[in-house]
Amino acid sequence: MSTPIAAGTLSRPTPAAARARVMRRWRRRLAALGESTPATVGIVIVLAWVTLALLAPLIAPYPPNANDMTALAHTTPSRAHWLGTDHLGRDILSRILWGARPVLVIAPLAVLGAAALGSLLGLAAGYYGRWVDLVITRVCDIVLSFPVIILYMIILAHFGSSAWNIIGVLTLTKAPIIARIVRGMTLDLREREYVAAAKMRGESPLYIMLVEILPNARGPLVVDMCLRTGYNVIIIGALGFLGIGLPPPDPDWGGMVKDTYGMMMVWPHMALFPCAAISSLVVGFNLLAVGLRELGLRD
Amino acid sequence: MKRFVAKHLLFLLLTLFAVSFLVFTLNEFSPGAVARKILGAYATQEQVDLLTKQMGLNRPVLVRYVDYLGALASGDLGYSTRFKAPVRDVIFRHLANTALLAAIAFACIVPLSTLLGVVAGMREASRLDRAILMFSTVIASIPEFALGVFLASVFVVWLGWLPGTATLVAGGGWSVAAQLVLPVAVIVLFDAGYVVSMIRASMVEVMQRPYIRTAVLKGLPFRSVILRHALRNAMLTPVTIIMLQINYLIAGVVVVETVFAYPGFGRMILEAALFKDIALIEAGALVAVFLAVVTNILGDLAYMLLDPRIRA
Repeated sequence: MSTPIAAGTLSRPTPAAARARVMRRWRRRLAALGESTPATVGIVIVLAWVTLALLAPLIAPYPPNANDMTALAHTTPSRAHWLGTDHLGRDILSRILWGARPVLVIAPLAVLGAAALGSLLGLAAGYYGRWVDLVITRVCDIVLSFPVIILYMIILAHFGSSAWNIIGVLTLTKAPIIARIVRGMTLDLREREYVAAAKMRGESPLYIMLVEILPNARGPLVVDMCLRTGYNVIIIGALGFLGIGLPPPDPDWGGMVKDTYGMMMVWPHMALFPCAAISSLVVGFNLLAVGLRELGLRD
Repeated sequence: MKRFVAKHLLFLLLTLFAVSFLVFTLNEFSPGAVARKILGAYATQEQVDLLTKQMGLNRPVLVRYVDYLGALASGDLGYSTRFKAPVRDVIFRHLANTALLAAIAFACIVPLSTLLGVVAGMREASRLDRAILMFSTVIASIPEFALGVFLASVFVVWLGWLPGTATLVAGGGWSVAAQLVLPVAVIVLFDAGYVVSMIRASMVEVMQRPYIRTAVLKGLPFRSVILRHALRNAMLTPVTIIMLQINYLIAGVVVVETVFAYPGFGRMILEAALFKDIALIEAGALVAVFLAVVTNILGDLAYMLLDPRIRA
């Protein structure tokens, strides 16, 4: 249809034009990421693990929980089992591949949950100030002052540990950190002219917080979310290692180390390979965060 | 100064109340649960009911909480079902072990990370800076248990220089000092990675200030610019972070303690939680929070002492 172009682009861009602009912006961002070596290495590592996790059902040579009794006599890496088998004759390579899946779902989900909850709390505290700020800040301080790993032990040992419980405790304990960051930025941003303009237009506080303030606070937020994801991977591994992580027998990197590190004098490979897997994934996320921060500082 | 202390003490009390109430209700909300945990899974329902009545557990949770606070105030922390000893003795013993580990680790972390952080941050983006930044990022990314497994596979399995466990019992031909090497190394590496990046960031920021440029342009040797002008200001922000590490070193090292079978505070709480040893969980949580808040206050105090601008 022939709409008057000049008027259309000024007030409301056509969907195609808007999409093209978003695409351009993303391409520019990706190109910028490529300029930073840490960011590039980080992205490659993370994407490699995501691909391996997605393809696990296709490329894993054995079912993750299948016991190969014949392999028990010779558990070290061989042609049949590239990374060897564990003490129950399960193929370590297959378990590592399958074990990437829960981690790569739980860690980002918990970060998203924490970001959503933390942003809301931080926005409310910074925007309303006064007693809202006081209550939210104090509650956050209390949660933050608690040594989190002890909190996890008490909660997970009490309620039992499932993927959802782990996501829940990670969300609740990470949200205050994000709330603190967002609150600080909101205090600064709420004095800007465009916020005053929105207020005068009669927009609701919720609209102002979510549409006017939050998008301008996203830079540090993205870097922090990236760091949190890596940190969550460490915690999920640690919980598995302590025996309060995802329930067996499905493969979980931390749990694999817990089952086998006692046998390190005889078969160090059983614990070493899952340790290498989890370390590389966290290194990937943290390098990405370092790179993003560098890029953020540059402009 | 007086106001500062009063405000923080109030917050400490508030936090302790909040946490004790949360942990108490979490563990003891349903009356039958406590008796069930004490008697174990094989007790009959009648036995559970009887103990519930005997212990007065069928009273409202708030009444029991007030009772519990009263017992706490008189110094009675209860009896640990896991360790078969009074909770006070159990906590004290494990806390002392952890304090030993934490003190050695802290004494290594502070000078090491200050040195690396300052050296990296004094010339931003130099080759040395990049190397230290990458090293600390990678080291801080490796989970403690993985770091423990890596170090143990080299020094225990391959070279056989050190023992793989640190039970603090001088057995198996290994001295306690040798046992402590690997746990301390894991903690120091994991934690220093984080502290180094914090000190570096602060140092980078200080080096961009005008007074540093003045000092350089005035012709002062670079050494004295760093040591006499930059260092003190660069340590302002990190000093709070360094104090917060004490908290991690005492309550957060449960993973390292588990790797090396070290009889410390964190592992004590893990065992209490898995064993459903209610009295020990409650008291342990309180001790952990108390330490956390106190180190927080100490961090703020140290910051005030270093920065004359906010010394009230």
